[in-house]
Amino acid sequence: MFADWPLLSLVIWTPIVGGCIVLMAGDRMPEGARRLALFFATLTFLISIPLFVHFDRGTHEMQFVELLPWIGAFNVNYHLGVDGISMPLILLTTFTTVLVVIAGWEVIQHRVSQYMAAFLIMEGFMNGVFAALDGVLFYVFFEGMLIPMFLVIGLWGGPNRVYATIKFFLYTFLGSVFMLVALIYMYTRSGSFAILDFHHLQLGMTAQILIFLAFLAAFAVKIPMWPVHTWLPDAHVEAPTGGSVILAAIMLKIGGYGFLRFSLPITPDASMALDWLLITLSLIAVVYIGFVALAQQDMKKLIAYSSIAHMGFVTLGIFIVFLIFSNTGDWQGAALGIQGAMVQMISHGFISAALFLCVGVLYDRMHSRQIADYGGVVNTMPWFAAFFVLFAMANTGLPGTSGFVGEFMVILASFRADFWIAFLAATTLILAAGYTLWLIKRVVFGDIANDNVAKLQDINRREFLVLGILAFVVLLLGVWPAPLLEVMHATVDNLIQHIAVSKL
Amino acid sequence: MENVYLAVVLAPLFGAIVAGLFGRQIGRVGAHTVTILGVAISFVLSVWVFKHHVFDGADVHNATVYTWMISDGIRFEIGFLVDNLTALMMLVVTFVSLMVHIYTIGYMHDDPGYQRFFAYISLFTFSMLMLVMANNFLQLFFGWEAVGLVSYLLIGFWYKRPTAIYANMKAFVVNRVGDFGFILGIGALLFYAGSLDYYEVFAEAEGMSAATITILPGTDWSLLTVACILLFIGAMGKSAQVPLHVWLPDSMEGPTPISALIHAATMVTAGIFMVARMSPLFEFSTAALSFVLVIGALTAFFMGLIGIVQNDIKRVVAYSTLSQLGYMTVALGASAYAAGIFHLMTHAFFKALLFLAAGSVIIALHHEQDMRRMGGLRKYMPITYVTALVGSLALIGFPFFSGFFSKDGIIEAVSLSTTPGAGFAYVLVLLGVFVTALYTFRMFFMVFHGEERFRNVAHHGHEDEHGDGGHGHGHVHEPRESPWVVTVPLILLAIPSVVAGYVVGPVLFGDFFSDSIFVLQDNDVLARLGEGYTGIMGFVVHGIMMPPFWLAMAGLATAWYVYMVNPRIADTIKSRFQWLYTVLDRKYGFDEFNAFVFAGGSLGLGRWLWRFGDMLFIDGLLVNGSARTVGLISRYARYVQTGYLYHYAFAMIIGLLVLLTVFVL
Repeated sequence: MFADWPLLSLVIWTPIVGGCIVLMAGDRMPEGARRLALFFATLTFLISIPLFVHFDRGTHEMQFVELLPWIGAFNVNYHLGVDGISMPLILLTTFTTVLVVIAGWEVIQHRVSQYMAAFLIMEGFMNGVFAALDGVLFYVFFEGMLIPMFLVIGLWGGPNRVYATIKFFLYTFLGSVFMLVALIYMYTRSGSFAILDFHHLQLGMTAQILIFLAFLAAFAVKIPMWPVHTWLPDAHVEAPTGGSVILAAIMLKIGGYGFLRFSLPITPDASMALDWLLITLSLIAVVYIGFVALAQQDMKKLIAYSSIAHMGFVTLGIFIVFLIFSNTGDWQGAALGIQGAMVQMISHGFISAALFLCVGVLYDRMHSRQIADYGGVVNTMPWFAAFFVLFAMANTGLPGTSGFVGEFMVILASFRADFWIAFLAATTLILAAGYTLWLIKRVVFGDIANDNVAKLQDINRREFLVLGILAFVVLLLGVWPAPLLEVMHATVDNLIQHIAVSKL
Repeated sequence: MENVYLAVVLAPLFGAIVAGLFGRQIGRVGAHTVTILGVAISFVLSVWVFKHHVFDGADVHNATVYTWMISDGIRFEIGFLVDNLTALMMLVVTFVSLMVHIYTIGYMHDDPGYQRFFAYISLFTFSMLMLVMANNFLQLFFGWEAVGLVSYLLIGFWYKRPTAIYANMKAFVVNRVGDFGFILGIGALLFYAGSLDYYEVFAEAEGMSAATITILPGTDWSLLTVACILLFIGAMGKSAQVPLHVWLPDSMEGPTPISALIHAATMVTAGIFMVARMSPLFEFSTAALSFVLVIGALTAFFMGLIGIVQNDIKRVVAYSTLSQLGYMTVALGASAYAAGIFHLMTHAFFKALLFLAAGSVIIALHHEQDMRRMGGLRKYMPITYVTALVGSLALIGFPFFSGFFSKDGIIEAVSLSTTPGAGFAYVLVLLGVFVTALYTFRMFFMVFHGEERFRNVAHHGHEDEHGDGGHGHGHVHEPRESPWVVTVPLILLAIPSVVAGYVVGPVLFGDFFSDSIFVLQDNDVLARLGEGYTGIMGFVVHGIMMPPFWLAMAGLATAWYVYMVNPRIADTIKSRFQWLYTVLDRKYGFDEFNAFVFAGGSLGLGRWLWRFGDMLFIDGLLVNGSARTVGLISRYARYVQTGYLYHYAFAMIIGLLVLLTVFVL
C-alpha cells in the first residue's frame, strides 16, 4: 500500500514542516518541543522504512519517482527518485536524526525548540539531496542544509565557534559554486537540469575534465579529502554533539554520494584520466591523516581525523575501479570497490555517530574534550566503557562489526589494481588500531585519574538506549551485511556498465 | 551434523553473552555455571565429532551456514570445514578451555571482575572455534581478529595497572602488524582464485605458483610465494614469531588462567594451525617454506635463551612458549605439518599444565611471581609438584612423555628436510633442546627444591609489577596446596601430557591427516621417517640413541648442578659473561627499538605532519593565508573608496583619457 504514496516527498517535507511547527511552538514548553521533535523524527523514520521494504532489488531504474514541473522557463522540475545508492543513505539520515533528537534531550536547555527545529529542517534538506534527480533541486537542497548546520554550530557551539562556522561555510560554499557553474553548463548543452539526462550527455575530454574538477571542488571539500579537510576538525570541535553526529554521519557522505551520482556517470573519461589524483589523495587521507590522528590531544579532533581517514576508503573504493580496469583490462573487482565504498559510508555513519555521542556523554559530565583530563573512566562508568570500547573496535575495523566490511572490500579490490595501493590502504589496520586504542587506553582504562573522574555517573537510560541501538546496528551489519549489499547490486552493476562506455 | 557443529560454536557464545550482560543479575555462581555448562557441552560434542570423523571415518564436512554477503559475484560465506585436523583442534581447544574454566573458579575467587572474566574466556572459546572450523578465509580472519580482541580484553583485565593496559595495547597493535600482512595475503589469493573458499583456492595453487606479480619494478615473484609469505606474516603476529614476538612476554600481565588458555595452549597456536591448513598452498612455494623454516628456527633458539635469565615464573614459561612455537614453525617449514600439529597438541596439554601449576604456586605464595622468593615448595604442594614435574619432563622431551615424541618427530624431520635453510634450522633446534632442558629445570629447582626463600622476605612490600591480583599481604603464611578446583584440572591435564604422545604412529606416520594436510612427495620427510617406524618402543629406543636426548639430559644435569649443587657458579657465570647476560636480560633490545623507532617515530611523524602539514601549510598558508590576502587587498582597495566626489570625478577623467588613448589613437 505504501508503494504508491509520495514517500520521498514525505520524508523531505514531514521533517521540514515538523521543524517549522516546533519552531512556532516556541520555548515556553521545552519538554513539549522535545516531544514534538521526537514525534516528527520518528514519523519520518517510519515513513522511510517502506522505501527499504518495497524497494525493487532487481532494477537499476529510479524508484518512488515523483515528477512535477517547477520552473518551466528553464525546464526545472521537482523530480525525485531513489536507487540502490541513495535509498540506504536516506534511511541513514532518518535513523540518525531520531538518535540526535534523543541525544539532545537533557543536554540542550537553551533555545530547545530552535535546536530541535534546526535538526528536523536539516534532515529534510539532506533527504532532498539524496532524492533529488534535478540539478537545480539538488543544488537548492545542497546549499540549504548548510544554513541549519551553520546555525547549530554558531548558536550551540563552543568558544571558537565563529571561526569554525565561517571556515565551514566558506569552504563548502566555495566548492559548491564551481558545481553550480558545471550544472549550468550542462543545462546549456542538454536543455534540461535532469541528472539522468546529464548521465547520457556526450562530452568532449576538455569539457569532462573541467566538469570533473568543478564537481571535485564541491565533493572533495564535503567528504573531505586532503588537503581541503581542515575545516572538519575545527567544525567538529566547536559543534555541539548533535551537530557533530549529523556532520560526520551524513553530511560527509554527501561528498561520496556526489561522486557516484555526478562525477562517475557524467564524466567517466575524466574520472579515468584523473583516477591517479583521486587515488593519491585517498591514500594520503588514509596514511597521512592516520598519523595526524595519532598526535591529537582533543578527543573530538581525534575522531574527526579518524573520519577523514575512513572517508579515504570511500574515495579509494570509488576510484580504484578505473585503475583496476587499466591494469587488468576488465572490470572484475570494480563492484567490490564501489560497494565497499558504499558500505563504508553507511558503516561510518553509525560508528562515527556512536563515537561522537560517546565523547558527548563524557563532555556533558566533565565539560572537557582533552584526553589528558580523563583516565580510568571504566572504574566509574563500566557500561559506558563497554560501549566505548565496542565502538572503538568497530572504528579499527574489527571483523564482526560494520567497520570491517567496507575496508575489507576496498582492500581486496585495491589488490586487483596494484599491490602497493592495497599495501598503503591496509596500513589503516595498524594506524587505526594505534590511534583508537591509545585513546581508549588514556581515557577509559587505568586507575581513576582525578576527582572529577571519580565523581562520574554511568550512562542513564536514555543514553543507554541510544548507544545500545547503535551497538546493535553496528554488530548486525558486521555479522550480516548481505541485506545492505542486495539493494545496491543492480544499481552498482549498471553504474559500472555505464562508466565502461567511453563518451568520447 | 550441521546442528552439532553449530551447537559446538554457539554454546560458549551463549554462555559469554549471559555472563557478560547479566553478570550482576545471575551472580558469581550463575556466571560460572552457565559458562562452564556452555563449554562442557562444546567439549562433549567435540569428543563426539572427533569420534565421528576419526574412528567412524565420516566424510569431510564442508558446508555453508549462511551467506554473509555477495559482491562482485563473489560469495562471502560463513561455513564449517570439519575434517580430522579440525576435529583434533576442536578437541584440544574445548578440553583446555574447560579445564581453565574450572580452574578459574579457584584462581579468580576473590576478584571483583569474576563474571566478566568468565564471559571473556567463553567468548574466546567461541572465537577460537570459529577460527579452527572455518571453511573460508573470511571466517578465518573473523576468528583470527576475534581471538585477538579477547586477548586484548584479557591482558588488560586488571585495567587499573598501567603495565597491563600498556601490554594489551601493544599486543593488539603488534598483532595488527601481522594481520596487515594476513589481509594482503587474502587479497592476493582472491585476486587469482576469485573465491575465498578454502577448497576453491587450494584448487588454484599450482596455477598461482606459475602466475607472477611485480612487487618491485623489474622483479617477477610467484604470486603464490607472495601470498604465502603474507599469510605467514599474519601467523608471525598471532603465533609470536621473531620479530613480532614482542607482545607475548608482556601478555603475562593478564591473569594466569588466560596465560594458559590463550597465550600458551590455543590462540598463539592459531598461526601454526593456519599454515598447516594452508599446506596445499605452502607446498608449492619452496621460498615461503624456507622463510617459515628460518623464522621458526630463530625463534626456537633465541627466545629459549632469554628464558634462562628470567626470574618471573610466568615469563620463563612465556619464553618457553615462544621457543616451542618456534619448534612448531620449524616443522611447518620442513613440510612436516603433521609433526607441527602433533607438537601443538602435546604442547597445549603440558604448557597449559605448566602455566596452571605456576598459577597454583602463585596463589599459594599470595601472588608472588619472583622465583628468587620461592623454593622448597615440594613438601607443601605435593600435587602441584608432581604435575609440574610431569609438565617439565614433557617439555624437555623426556622419553615416554608426550613432548618426547612430538619434539623428536620435528627434529628428525628437519634433519631429513631438503628445504633451503634446513641445515641451519637443524643446528638451532638441536641446541634448543639443551636450552629448553636448562631453563625448564632451572625453574623447577628454583621453585620446588632448595632453600625456602619465601621465608626470607617476611615483610616485603607488595610489588605491583610482580603481583598478580593486587592484594598482597605483609607477612608469610605457610604455603598450602591449592583447592580441588585448581588441582583437578592439573591432574586432568597431566594425564594427556604423558599419554598424548602414544598416538605418534597414526598421527605422524599414518593417514590421520590425509584428508586435511597435503604434502608433495619430494617434501614428505615424515613418510621417509615413517619407513623406519616400528612402534612406540622402537621410537623410544631409537630416540635415546640420538643427540636430542643427550642434549636434554645435559641441560637437566647442568640445571641440577648450577642451581642445586653449586649455586655460586651461577653468579660466576653471570659475571664472567656479563655482556651476554645483559643482551639476554634486555631481550636483544627489541622492545627499546620498537618503542623508539616505531612507536616514537609514528607519534613524532604524526605531530610533525599535523603542525607543519595541517596547521602551518594548509591552514596557515593556504586557508588563512588567502583570507589574509583578501584582507590585505581590500585594505588597499578601501583607500580608493574615499567617499569624496572629487576623487571619483578625478578618477573618471583619468579613465576617460586612458580609454580615449587606447581606442581613438
